[in-house]
Amino acid sequence: MNKIVKKQHFSERVVCLEVEAPLIARSRRAGHFVIVIVDDHGERIPLTIADSDTERGTITLVVQAVGESTAKICALNEGDYLHDVVGPLGQATRIANVGTVVCCGGGVGVAPLLPIIKALKAAGNRVVSVLAARTKDLIILEEQVAEHSDEVIIMTDDGSYGHKGLVTEGVEMVIKREKVDEVVTIGPAIMMKFVAALTKRYEIPTTCSLNTIMVDGTGMCGACRVTVGGKTRFVCVDGPEFDAHEVDFDEMMLRLRAYN
Amino acid sequence: MMNTDNTTREAEWRKALRDAMSAKERTAIGRAEMPMLDAGERIHSNAEVNQGLSAEAARREATRCLDCPDPQCVTGCPVGIDIPGFIKNIQRGDDAAASAVLRATSALPAVCGRVCPQEKQCESRCIYNKMKKEPVAIGWLERYASDATAGAAGGEEKPEPNGKKVAVVGSGPAGLSFAGDMARRGYEVTIYEALHEIGGVLKYGIPEFRLPNSVVDNELRALERLGVKFCPDTVVGKTLGYDDLVAEGYAGIFVASGAGLPRFMNIPGENLINILSSNEYLTRINLMHAGTAGYATPAPRGKRVAVIGGGNTAMDSVRTALRMGAEKAFLVYRRSEAEMPARREEVLHARQEGVEFMTLCNPIEYIGDERGRVTTMRVQRMELGEPDASGRRSPVAIPGAVEDIAVDVVIVSVGVSPNPLIPNSISGLDVTNRGTIAVNDDLQSSIPTIWAGGDIVRGGATVILAMGDGRKAAATMHATLSAAK
Repeated sequence: MNKIVKKQHFSERVVCLEVEAPLIARSRRAGHFVIVIVDDHGERIPLTIADSDTERGTITLVVQAVGESTAKICALNEGDYLHDVVGPLGQATRIANVGTVVCCGGGVGVAPLLPIIKALKAAGNRVVSVLAARTKDLIILEEQVAEHSDEVIIMTDDGSYGHKGLVTEGVEMVIKREKVDEVVTIGPAIMMKFVAALTKRYEIPTTCSLNTIMVDGTGMCGACRVTVGGKTRFVCVDGPEFDAHEVDFDEMMLRLRAYN
Repeated sequence: MMNTDNTTREAEWRKALRDAMSAKERTAIGRAEMPMLDAGERIHSNAEVNQGLSAEAARREATRCLDCPDPQCVTGCPVGIDIPGFIKNIQRGDDAAASAVLRATSALPAVCGRVCPQEKQCESRCIYNKMKKEPVAIGWLERYASDATAGAAGGEEKPEPNGKKVAVVGSGPAGLSFAGDMARRGYEVTIYEALHEIGGVLKYGIPEFRLPNSVVDNELRALERLGVKFCPDTVVGKTLGYDDLVAEGYAGIFVASGAGLPRFMNIPGENLINILSSNEYLTRINLMHAGTAGYATPAPRGKRVAVIGGGNTAMDSVRTALRMGAEKAFLVYRRSEAEMPARREEVLHARQEGVEFMTLCNPIEYIGDERGRVTTMRVQRMELGEPDASGRRSPVAIPGAVEDIAVDVVIVSVGVSPNPLIPNSISGLDVTNRGTIAVNDDLQSSIPTIWAGGDIVRGGATVILAMGDGRKAAATMHATLSAAK
């Protein structure tokens, strides 16, 4: 049982939870995720860790209510407990000083992107962050991202905030004006697919972080399998980050709808 | 501990039992029949199929045992259980003594009595086979003795602590056996389990209709009474590193993390929706209770379900599919039924329940609809060729014999590989080229404080072998740690 010590609403359907998990807080690195079970009848769902506080012994999870389990998690309040939290799982992000990195996140994908932005900046990179959402209210963590980025570009579909347009337009804007050495993208599969297609044209190495259906999260079930470079890989143990140019996003998007 | 001295073959009561009836009379008794739930009824429930022998039937079956001077059944048991010793105690009506004999060697007799492949082990060596008669039902008797004393078996007192702590990674049969033995020797034992439930494959893998959770829970409660601590939701190598365990003061660590990774066949279309590993399918249903009202985890339900493979896990999956409402459940196996590795009883039960066996068939491709869901399985018909490395005749494709079969769920059950999570996370730990942890005869790894056993060493074996490893590792670790002081 893991206690929720702080809850904040990012938007109507997105909450930020600070959850007691001292061992995970201590051992987690950027890129890691946890498996959460909301109650004793709950399913096991993966959630990427957005932040941690080793002194308070907590991890931060940003959750969007999209299904039954996430809706239940979002409905919990401070002082309530998550039935199970296990992790940190997956491979940590490989952080190196490569020069200029564009980090683009869409929707709640910005949450798992934040620790990567922090780590890349701390490693000495120039970090340009592109945050995208449908509308102004859905842009999350802008302040925290700005704190660790050299520049933040906001893109909204409806133009209610920042530039009007898609995330790819924001990324291309940067690519056209300066040398970009690497791109990191986290968000809806369709967004990552288009970012990957764009950066492939410019031959810029690109990493994506995949959030697939999982059960155990430790390599046992294979529910999370994706095709990367023509080979079947498991997101939980081989990922969650992969070379975005090699991922079969169309297959992944179909598989995400397995139980819809 | 239990006193088993008075159950040797020379004990007066055993001599008396032997003298009471001639071999001819004994061998004239027919093998007991296991009472079973009706096949038509049981596919609508998860209730255990085998109902267990009555006391009367068990004593009668025990009477069949000739109490051989050189019992070959014992040599067929991977852990060398004193089989005539427990059987003769059943015959004389002392179930508690029978259970004590079992527990002196086996940590989980109620489990092994249900899931061991007895027909390939103890029962295959029974003298009755030589007489062209059915062997003594050793497995059913093992189960009987354990169940008859289930309430009493955990009545052990917590022993005097010896002041040493040991850790166990994984709570399957190897880990549980090890934990029990070490706790009885006075160690403070902590079991770390990655999943949210304790029991490993006994919980997530083997279905309720073959091994009820209550049987496993009985064993867990007995361990708890011995002082064993359980830490679920803890992935060693992730949540806690090897260094953390050392810092916790564990004098020894037993790694029994199992053979986690499911194998796929790497054929076209295998990533279509509703094609899943048996691990995933069984975990969703057994561990997560998919299909039970009120539980959030979904599981695919199909009208036509194909399960690929011929092992026990394949049988478990195909029989589970029937219970999940499949109208047709196929077992697709590339060899013939004679080569199937599954327990004979599971094959029989599957047949009774209406599973269709498609032997000498191998899927070569899957075809799906526009939503990415599997609709068709393309199979290659096979014939048996020369024996392969395993001694079984290997299947060879019959040119042109390809057929399309309509399916809506496919469960791939073609084996597992060792989970690399632990081997990868401990530097200096020697791993074999198969990805298993390398150990010496004492099950000690290249790191002197780490022992390993079960499927992470064997790569995919049985509950009894895993359990035997747990007991052996406990004995050798105890010897090492005692010598070190």
